[in-house]
Amino acid sequence: MVGTLLFYRRIASPLHATRASIGAAWALSLTAAELVLYHPLCLLALLVAVLGAGWGAGVGLRLTRSLRTAMIVALPIVLVNVLVTRQGLTVFARLGDLGPFGQGDLTVEAAAYGGVIALKVTLLILVTGLAGLAVDPDEMLRMFRRLSFRSALTATLATRMLPVLAADSQRLAEAQRTRPGGAPTGARGRVALLSAVVAGSLDRAMDVAATLEVRGFAAARGAARARRPVRRPLSRHDIAFAASAVAILALAIAGRATGVASFASYPRIELPTGAGTFALAAALIAATLLPFCDRRGIEP
Amino acid sequence: MTAAVLSFANVTYRYPDVERPALSGVSLEIEPGEFVLLAGLSGSGKSTLLRAACGLAPHFHGGRFAGRVELAGLDTREHGPARLGAFAGALFQDPETQLVTSSVRAELSLALESRGESAAAVARGVEEVALALGIDALLDRATPELSGGEKQRVALGAALAGRPQIVLLDEPTSQLDPVAGDELIGLLRRLNQEWETTVVLAEHRLERCLTGADRVIALEHGRLACDGDPAAFMQWASERAPALQTPGAKLFALCDLHPAPVGVKQARAALRSLALLPDQDGHERPRAAPAPVRRAARLKGARRARTPSALAMRGVWHELRDGPAILRGATLAVAPGESVALMGRNGAGKSTLLRHAAGLLEPTRGRIERSGRVALLLQNPGDYFIHERVDEELSGQALATAGLTAMAARHPRDLSGGERQRLALAIVTDLGDPAQGEKRHEPTRDDDLQAPPAVLALDEPTRGMDRQAKAELAAELRRRAEDGQAVIVATHDPEFAAACAERAVLLADGRVIADGPTRELLAGGWYFATETARILGGAGGALLPEEGAELLRRRVPLEVAL
Repeated sequence: MVGTLLFYRRIASPLHATRASIGAAWALSLTAAELVLYHPLCLLALLVAVLGAGWGAGVGLRLTRSLRTAMIVALPIVLVNVLVTRQGLTVFARLGDLGPFGQGDLTVEAAAYGGVIALKVTLLILVTGLAGLAVDPDEMLRMFRRLSFRSALTATLATRMLPVLAADSQRLAEAQRTRPGGAPTGARGRVALLSAVVAGSLDRAMDVAATLEVRGFAAARGAARARRPVRRPLSRHDIAFAASAVAILALAIAGRATGVASFASYPRIELPTGAGTFALAAALIAATLLPFCDRRGIEP
Repeated sequence: MTAAVLSFANVTYRYPDVERPALSGVSLEIEPGEFVLLAGLSGSGKSTLLRAACGLAPHFHGGRFAGRVELAGLDTREHGPARLGAFAGALFQDPETQLVTSSVRAELSLALESRGESAAAVARGVEEVALALGIDALLDRATPELSGGEKQRVALGAALAGRPQIVLLDEPTSQLDPVAGDELIGLLRRLNQEWETTVVLAEHRLERCLTGADRVIALEHGRLACDGDPAAFMQWASERAPALQTPGAKLFALCDLHPAPVGVKQARAALRSLALLPDQDGHERPRAAPAPVRRAARLKGARRARTPSALAMRGVWHELRDGPAILRGATLAVAPGESVALMGRNGAGKSTLLRHAAGLLEPTRGRIERSGRVALLLQNPGDYFIHERVDEELSGQALATAGLTAMAARHPRDLSGGERQRLALAIVTDLGDPAQGEKRHEPTRDDDLQAPPAVLALDEPTRGMDRQAKAELAAELRRRAEDGQAVIVATHDPEFAAACAERAVLLADGRVIADGPTRELLAGGWYFATETARILGGAGGALLPEEGAELLRRRVPLEVAL
């Protein structure tokens, strides 16, 4: 059951073999690129690159599952933007007079802009999912502990509580299914079920917090600061992903600055479709995926 | 005299908003290198004593604390659990909440890193503890992927990584199969003997660890009731607390043999000296003497073989997508009125088989036929409670049948372990109450719901239960079987299996590898055997102290396999 959850597991992949700080920076560079770029072709290129990276990191199947979740969020964005935006000149459907909402003209431009935003949201979810699956959270928490003890404690609890609570809620739902007549229905039943889940999660959080206490996590405040960080030599994968992160950022900024990745949706859709745009899209894919080609020394 | 590593001086402790003290005037001293067993019924204060020792009470739980606890010379009122963690490793019941990081390596490193050890010291400490506990192969595994037994070993490793002077363990074997449980106890003995680590272990199944203990401390209602070596404890238990007696001690008490034995070896030696068991050499390995005590059950079983099954599973497979097969062609038929104990190691497929029986899972191959509803009680009774009051959870009739009417107004989570189990059992077998029909949740199989369940399936119902509560549950299951319900119990506890089931099924790797009368299956094994059977060498198929006593009372030397 836990196999369906998005949690980190050290497997043989170049991204898993990279130190957490560089892996996280690489994921941040992808996030920054998708925030900077609006051209649909570049965003689609990033989508292909992230999914490819997922397969390269051995978590493609689980990442594809989160793509389905992303779609649930993304599609309503397109729909809502088409329905509420009154900008754009190319009308593809007229709903007539909607009273206080004015004329219900649905435009291609609103649909296109909604699509771009949906693509960005999808990318954000996928990159976060990829980082969650392939960047060691414990190594990240160790880094944060030196910077902020309380934040690290909260993050540790949250990180651990996610799989624990997911397993708990699955168990609770299963137990309710074994009641004669099935799980409670109706508003009252659902509220009761929800409050049981919340009460259980508080108990669980207390248990995990007690374990952290006896393991001396609270005493780590001074110790973590006093201890000098371990200096590890950069591995080939560290260097490759660091270079990839710089390249992705540079390409995104260059695309935005030179205008080859510009995009305007209102009043009419304007987007360059020259060789420069295609080259940028191809370069983004290459920069993201190249580090996955070197598979030496990736075993845990 | 060596300074005590742990001392309690007149300690009284109350949890917040609770009237009755969980500990009352407790005074004791534990010397370095001692292996101490904590005994007592549920609610006697064992867990609280351990939590007070590591500083969680009162620092973490709050409440009112009087007296003085010193651990490694540090007063727990002045030093919190984090500071005390440098000297004491703690391991509690639920392995799920004992792991706080995502990988095994990070889990083992945490305590050392928190102390500010150098990277080299952390790496060495992790390697050493992993090798010592045999979990080196797990170092790069993700913690959510581990089995219950593996999680418990890793949690123990995390508690030991900092080389504490004392380890405090609260029923660490309650979720483990007999093999994994014995391995864990063996490991603790080795730590105690080779590293001189002081061990304080709270356990319900005392027979597992009595022989390795230097001392037993028994608690009753938060008070110290007995403090002595295992032999003294057995003597005290036989006089004052029969519920804490081991099966071996009960067997001797029933035969009026003294002193009560501490473990199988001592019991056999005593029986040999009385010529009740043959000598170790010069004997044959004959067949076990016929058991007079269960002939009726055998005849009943033969009759049942001709009756239609309440549950029939034929060649059931459960294959995970992109994963292993959990069940591999499991076949099992259970007749009405038959009680079956499902046994096997953690991960053998017991829980999955029960879920298939109840229709919670669909087999990927194979067929399942049910003659009526299958009521399934899952491992954690707390998962059934979603209301604020006991009487909101089930019909009035079911409440009365379960004998819980007096607790109708209480919150289900405030009930004791045994009461919670009874309430959960009543919920899954509830037939509804015409007067309170509106409380029922849209039945989908009306016909099924009007009749008692044809099959009652229970998944590890005795976790964390004391002997008394187990005996009550076994009696309840026997009563239900006599009423015609088929009962299937997945359990790791051979004593409970022997007390409630007439047939045992052993599962391994998703397959049924043995299926037969309980007295045959649990009489001749090492791990899957009751203490009485191990003492008597499986003679007569006697599994329970009462059955063994009947054989011994005949004062005939038993011809048994030694």
